[in-house]
Order: sequence, then structure tokens, then C-alpha cells
Amino acid sequence: MSEGPYTHQAADTAYQFVKSALAKGHEVPRVFFYHDGVNVSSRLSVPPQDERHIQKNWSALAQEHGIDLVVCIAAAQRRGLLDANEAERQGKDANNIAEGFRISGLGQLIEMGIQTDRLVTFGD
Amino acid sequence: MSTLHTVNKSPFTNGALLSCLKHCKPGDAVLLIEDGVYGALAGSSVAGAVSDSLEDVTLYVLGGDASARGLDDDKVLSGAKTVGYDGFVDLVVDHARTQAWL
Amino acid sequence: MSNIKKFLYVNRKAPYGTIYALESLEVVLIGAAFDQDVSLAFLDDGVFQLTKGQDTGAIGVKNFSPTFRALGDYDVTKLFVERESLEERGLSEGDLQEIVYEDEDDDWAEKPSIKIVSRAEMADIMSGQDVVLSF
Repeated sequence: MSEGPYTHQAADTAYQFVKSALAKGHEVPRVFFYHDGVNVSSRLSVPPQDERHIQKNWSALAQEHGIDLVVCIAAAQRRGLLDANEAERQGKDANNIAEGFRISGLGQLIEMGIQTDRLVTFGD
Repeated sequence: MSTLHTVNKSPFTNGALLSCLKHCKPGDAVLLIEDGVYGALAGSSVAGAVSDSLEDVTLYVLGGDASARGLDDDKVLSGAKTVGYDGFVDLVVDHARTQAWL
Repeated sequence: MSNIKKFLYVNRKAPYGTIYALESLEVVLIGAAFDQDVSLAFLDDGVFQLTKGQDTGAIGVKNFSPTFRALGDYDVTKLFVERESLEERGLSEGDLQEIVYEDEDDDWAEKPSIKIVSRAEMADIMSGQDVVLSF
């Protein structure tokens, strides 16, 4: 998932696709967030009440179906998305990764390319 | 083994659709999603190129994105098939690889 | 018995105006550790990533083009560049930087990593992959 929430439709398309795949009985073991896609993981998003909450939708879907939501560490650091460990390591006074997302390396993406039957990219 | 190509940008601002069509092999499928659905408009400046490709590839339009943009069936090329997200999933399964043209 | 898959990294965007070129290269470098059959494709504006003489001093961003020359050390030796994309942009092979690798099966002879291919050949290359990553 390679683009940020709201600015691009990619995060929504990916979400709808994953929901459909799960409904059809397929396994979706991981979603990897890269480029601006890391911004989907921010716990500080406050969209208008009548709009979908992209981060919460992803967190809920992941929790319900056991999906591993992985945020690329290099892309996240560039864009200011840090979990508690990273924030402490980098000497920052705040962290902003939402529940259900975890920071990890690009190897997590390649690993899925190797282990799964299909890899789909949503970006711009 | 065939490829499912996805195109998500309008062909009037972005070369992705035309580049994609030039790299398709017979038996491939092209799925237009998001702003890419405009690539299926009949009578547009790219409709000729898109129609020509239908000899070798199957063209799909994600229905939800077409409806969102007010594109009824009568505005879309007759060779294009409309699918939902479940159809998108089926296409990913049916083709050996999915290639996104971003 | 390892399951070796054919990975293709597709590059269609120019460098510097957006981050896709740089961050795609970062995936390639990390991915190299997984010992898969890796190829890179450069077509459309992606061919601009390989031009020589990139000097980013005045724009204040890191010049990452030298990194392509290190790919050989990571066993990434197949960089396919589309001829038609070059021609449409008024470029030729001579405008691209020289990228080589040392072939351990041929007495470490230096060989070019860049292979200029036609659009039709590029389509064939794409259709033979297991995993296609686009940026």
C-alpha cells in the first residue's frame, strides 16, 4: 500500500479489495505500507465525522482477521511516523503509530512476495 | 501464464494506460480502477487505442469507481466488462501475476 | 530446497521530482539479501533514473545515482532499459551511466548490467515474472 490516506484513493481501494478477498475465503497475511502509505498508520488522524476513518478501518479489519499491518521503518522515519520504541531511540518526545500497526523492515515485503501466491500493489 | 494489469490514473493526464496496453500479451487482462476508469470512455481520444487492444486483452472496469464518477454503461466502451471488488479478487486469482501501472 | 522466484522491479518515473525512484532502489538493495532472481525494468520516464552526469548540488537533495553502480555487488545484474522509451525521450545508450558487474563464472570479467531491450522484449520479460513490484 503505497500512498497516503485521503489524498489518494489507494488506501480505500486496498481496503475494499482486502475485505472482498477475506469474504471470499482467501488469506491476507500481511499488508505492507510504503512511501506515503506509512501515513495510514498515524493514530492522530481526526477526519470529519461524516467521512470514513481510514486508520481505524484498517486497524479493525486487521484485528478481526489477524492481518499483520507492517509499516516500513525507513519510509516511516522520513515521514515522522514513530512507535514508542523508535521515538525513544531517536530522542523524540512523542510517538504516533496506531494500534494494530507495527514498524519493521523492507524484508517483510520481500518475504511475502516469496511466501504468498499473489502480491498486489495499490499506489499512484 | 497471463497477467492482470491495473491502471488507476486517467489516460488524459497520465501515460500509464497507453504504456500498459503496449506491454500486454495476448490473454492478459486490464482492470481500470479509481481514475483509470475514464480510460473506458467511448468516443474519447484514446478509445481507438483501447478498442484495438481488445483483440488480445480483456478490459474490465471497477464498477464502484465508474458509478462514483457518474459513468453509466452507455458512456463506456461496449467491449469493457464491469466487475465489483469481488470480481477484482477473482481476476487477481485467475492471472499468474498482478502488475500495477502507477 | 529454496523456492527461488523471479522478481521484477518496474521503474517508470523520473528521479528527484518524486521519491519513487529512490525508495524503489532501497527495496532492491534490501531484497537482494533474499537470493531471488532479480531484474529491474526501466521504461517510460524510468529511463531518466539512469542518465549520467546527475548533479544535485543546487537542489539540496542526495544524488543517489551512484547507488546503481553498486548493484553488481549485490548480485543484481539485470537492468533492462526500454529502447523505445529512450528514443521517445531523445536519449541513447550513451546517455546512460555505465553499470557493470563482475561475472564470477567468467573469471570475474566485467560485464554490463544494462541491457537495452525493445518494447516487445520488455513485454516478454514482464510476462515471465513471478512477482512484479511497481513504484
